[in-house]
Amino acid sequence: MKQEDYDLFATLLKQRSGLVLGRDKVYLLESRLTPVIRKHGLKSLEELAQSIRSKRDEPLLRDVTDAMTTNESFFFRDSKPFDQFKDVLLPELLRTRAPKKYFRIWSAAASSGQEAYSLAMICAENAAQLEGWRVDIVGTDLSSEIVERARQGLYSQFEVQRGLPISYLMKYFSQVNNDRWQINDSIRRMVTFKEGNLLMDFGPVGVFDIIYCRNVLIYFDQPTKTRVLDALSRVIAPDGVLFLGGAETVLGLSDKFKPLEGQRGMYVLKDRPNSGMLPAKEKEAPRASAATTTSPFVVNAASQQAVR
Amino acid sequence: MKTCLIVDDSRVIRKVARQILETLRFTCEEAEDGKQALEACLRKMPTVVLLDWNMPVMDGMQFLKALRASSGGRAPKVVFCTTENDMKHIQEAMANGADEYIMKPFDMDIIQSKFSQLGLL
Ligand SMILES: C[S@@+](CC[C@H](N)C(=O)[O-])C[C@H]1O[C@@H](n2cnc3c(N)ncnc32)[C@H](O)[C@@H]1O
Repeated sequence: MKQEDYDLFATLLKQRSGLVLGRDKVYLLESRLTPVIRKHGLKSLEELAQSIRSKRDEPLLRDVTDAMTTNESFFFRDSKPFDQFKDVLLPELLRTRAPKKYFRIWSAAASSGQEAYSLAMICAENAAQLEGWRVDIVGTDLSSEIVERARQGLYSQFEVQRGLPISYLMKYFSQVNNDRWQINDSIRRMVTFKEGNLLMDFGPVGVFDIIYCRNVLIYFDQPTKTRVLDALSRVIAPDGVLFLGGAETVLGLSDKFKPLEGQRGMYVLKDRPNSGMLPAKEKEAPRASAATTTSPFVVNAASQQAVR
Repeated sequence: MKTCLIVDDSRVIRKVARQILETLRFTCEEAEDGKQALEACLRKMPTVVLLDWNMPVMDGMQFLKALRASSGGRAPKVVFCTTENDMKHIQEAMANGADEYIMKPFDMDIIQSKFSQLGLL
């Protein structure tokens, strides 16, 4: 591939989704963009690059960005973050949110919805305790196609067997045809899916008590990770909890979040209050001074529009 | 030592399952039908049984009922592994004492996921 074409794709992906496309990942362009090339009546990657350069056609840019995302997900992925929700956080939410009987969870980078629905199923399992409560579960993803899939809640036989106990399949799914299962309306109604780009202004999303942002930061470079973590810190409750994926951390990236001791994968605000969820038992380590100045979370309109 | 009894009338399936389960550190034994499987269990109960449904001589459901009715027969975990993939079969299996249910085709991910949910890994 010509250097200028590689540069074009790398810049486009970096700006629109945050994806860092290493030189060693060029083969991914071939394999994942072939359907896009065909859909738009083009013949080769070279032609695609040419077309992007000359037209900057939004639907085309969008298709390229979507096709390059990795959407793998499964129910109760890694199991621990869901055990922690059920065993550690739900009791704390029930205790601290009792006055309003209301809490909100965000599955950021929700992919096809398994994470959000797993949380909804846990809430359904605890329906007795949550009687009279309102629980909002919001799932967002960059890719409109995957958001639509998440909304439908349709999964292949393979997908419903990865991570999902058979008792949950029986309780919360219906078989649509030989190979397809759909999550029941009672669970679907608990979750709202929307398009949303973590690199852009989140808009009026409100405040979340718990945020799951897993297996997406791994694709970003350091400044982008920092920027997203900063943005998340602004929409999380003061005593809220952030979950990252198994290969992700805030260490060295964020002066807003710190790991929660004794709870792998869970992060809390550095300047969280002493009351609220999971109050610190002893005095926590003194706040690290803000060593780096982080850039404000501004949206560069141009970066959403086009690649120069 | 964790043991798994693999019950399937297809030699190919038994071989694939055995490879996966040995990777997951199970010691495996094989049976070609429910009758052989029951005899093996009565000699020594395994930790877990991976169980096909449709088999000659004695099918998986008959085996499951006989196993659960025998002395010590409630101990092994039983995981169905069958091409029967409709809700009716799943419900029948679970109502008769199965612990998990795998719809064929399966792979390492699925077996691993189901076995770890049962606390077997
Ligand atoms: C590997 S999936 C993770 C799904 C789920 N969170 C999990 O852990 O199983 C990554 C998802 O991030 C989405 N994504 C990538 N860049 C994004 C961005 N800038 N904003 C929002 N979502 C993004 C992709 O579309 C993809 O669905």
